[in-house]
Amino acid sequence: MTASWNRIPRVEHAAEVALGWRGRALPDVPRPVLAHGLGRSYGDVCLNPEASLLHTPGLDRFVAFDAATGELTAEAGVSLDALLRFAVPRGWFPPVVPGTRFVTLGGAVANDVHGKNHHQAGSFGDHVRALTLRRSDGQVLEVTPENTPEWFAATVGGLGLTGLIETVTLQLSPVRSAWMRAWSQRFESLEAFWELNAQAEREWPYTVAWIDCLNPGAGGRVGRGIYSGGRHATTAPRKDAWHERRRSIPLDPPVSLVNRLTLRAFNHLYYRQPVHATPRAVHHRPWLFPLDAIRHWNRIYGHNGFYQYQCVLPPAASKDGVQALLDAIAASGQGSFLAVLKTFGDRAAPGLLSFPRPGATLALDFPEKGRDTERLFARLDAIVQEAGGALYPAKDARMPADVFRQGFPRWEAFAAYVDPEFSSGFWRRVTA
Amino acid sequence: MNPMKNVVLFGATSAIASAVARELVDTGARLFCVARDGEALEALLADLRVRADDPDGTRILGATADLADTDGHAAIWQQAQEALGEVDSVLLAWGTLPDQAACNASVDETLQAIHVNGTSAIALLARIAPDFEARGRGVIAAIGSVAGDRGRQSNYAYGTAKGMLAIYLQGLRNRLFFSGVDVVTLKPGFVRTPMTEGFNRAGALWAEPETVARGIVRAMRRGRDVAYLPGKWWVIMTIIRLIPEYLFKRLKL
Repeated sequence: MTASWNRIPRVEHAAEVALGWRGRALPDVPRPVLAHGLGRSYGDVCLNPEASLLHTPGLDRFVAFDAATGELTAEAGVSLDALLRFAVPRGWFPPVVPGTRFVTLGGAVANDVHGKNHHQAGSFGDHVRALTLRRSDGQVLEVTPENTPEWFAATVGGLGLTGLIETVTLQLSPVRSAWMRAWSQRFESLEAFWELNAQAEREWPYTVAWIDCLNPGAGGRVGRGIYSGGRHATTAPRKDAWHERRRSIPLDPPVSLVNRLTLRAFNHLYYRQPVHATPRAVHHRPWLFPLDAIRHWNRIYGHNGFYQYQCVLPPAASKDGVQALLDAIAASGQGSFLAVLKTFGDRAAPGLLSFPRPGATLALDFPEKGRDTERLFARLDAIVQEAGGALYPAKDARMPADVFRQGFPRWEAFAAYVDPEFSSGFWRRVTA
Repeated sequence: MNPMKNVVLFGATSAIASAVARELVDTGARLFCVARDGEALEALLADLRVRADDPDGTRILGATADLADTDGHAAIWQQAQEALGEVDSVLLAWGTLPDQAACNASVDETLQAIHVNGTSAIALLARIAPDFEARGRGVIAAIGSVAGDRGRQSNYAYGTAKGMLAIYLQGLRNRLFFSGVDVVTLKPGFVRTPMTEGFNRAGALWAEPETVARGIVRAMRRGRDVAYLPGKWWVIMTIIRLIPEYLFKRLKL
């Protein structure tokens, strides 16, 4: 049974088939179909209950690489991990990476993913130069932002619904080493965060903050945390060797290891971790992909799984809105291991359904606790809607249709580009 | 250690052979890839050329050929040798997983399955052996199967072909030992490849093509005689071979 990373919802598919080669007709399986990469999204954008999944990790070939310009064309099932292994030793880096490198290029395009450098680099789609898109009627479209801007805007962030993405051409960025220079600093409140953020964003291409959403900081309100900034290093440290210590959660614990007690303790300890106010050398892997070092980390929530809640609030509503969200979470007593706060850059995203937009984005995970979780999300939804914000489809297993439609007002324009033989659990849920 | 600098992969677009090709590219080897499907071969070559920093295709070469057609073997072997110069390593990796039920219903299906997976490979081995024998070095490897270790009702047409191939390789190994050529019989267990799609592939017995490919390259470099991949299949197949036939025939395997 194929599930997404948070293991909610649990659904059955009519058929699942692995794709092996580009340039072939879609397989003969019950319609509608949906491409499924490495299943790192949280919810049902990558699921197609009672219908069919086309697994893309077998489409893992490079197509062409221009070593002079850094333009790479690859099949859509190539993972960012494989891309990094290829590109970094050659002095190139994907211009945008999400918090895990175990995603496919197709998934990165379909969700128009963003990273810690959004304020400088934009989202993944901003660096895509071309796509090949196979439609169910047999047409193969060469999609570029210049020649077919409407198909490009529909397919970038298009949740895999406009057809099967077979290849992706991506402009890589030059780097001079696999290392980064990074620093971190504690802040006592959200006010301190905003001050720090305004300053750090001007100087540092990658920035992100972790928030302790359970223990109050200065002034008695939640909002304390750790701010980090980084950039690609121009040189590797003298001791260049770096070995990842990969651990694994070997099996599902009988109950979720995430509960009020462990959360409070974890958040407290995490806040007290040593910080390094002066930039130091750190390998890109632990800095950009900290959770990738723990295989199957999603198992800590046990068999029932968990939810991610990631929203974006427009700039005018960011300060009050983020505080209101954190207060609501603290009041609920439910909390999150890793609450992440970041501001997006002031730019329009390339896709009709792209999530990144000017403002602040807050991401949290919550163990599945049935009614309590539902009530909390309803409260958070109200704050997001009031602020004129949106929830991230790639991290969603439950948003009501009206929240989606308000957050993505161009969804009806987008719907015209949806392939009639493609669909997903998410799409049926928010458009029904 | 066999250097594996100039390698011919027959059936190169199979999942296992493709993974072997990627392993070898990273070692700087020159490759000649042979496959039946031209489009798939082009996709494979393009991928390998990117990985090899060889956009012009000077290190990564290939040609299409239907290897079930044994009449074409001489020409494609000639072409490979002309392209690479001295070939020091050869891997035979083509094959299909026949539907045993279809074979049970058709003599032609059975003979076809045995030809594609067994006789055609033997024909190519017989073709290239004298060239290796004359040069007195190198390694010849072929992908057999654990299925060739014992006949079972669920896939004995395939098993027959792979068992026959294993015995041919045994004899060839014995013959070429005296001229310094290694002959390697590779016996993968269950591998998650398109060939086995449709099986329930969860569980500890299923391996990734990349894992098997690393084992293949290691076995070829070391000139192993027989390599079960992964190695635990040696234990499993030893037990299976030891089951007395009067019991084995009663099992539903």
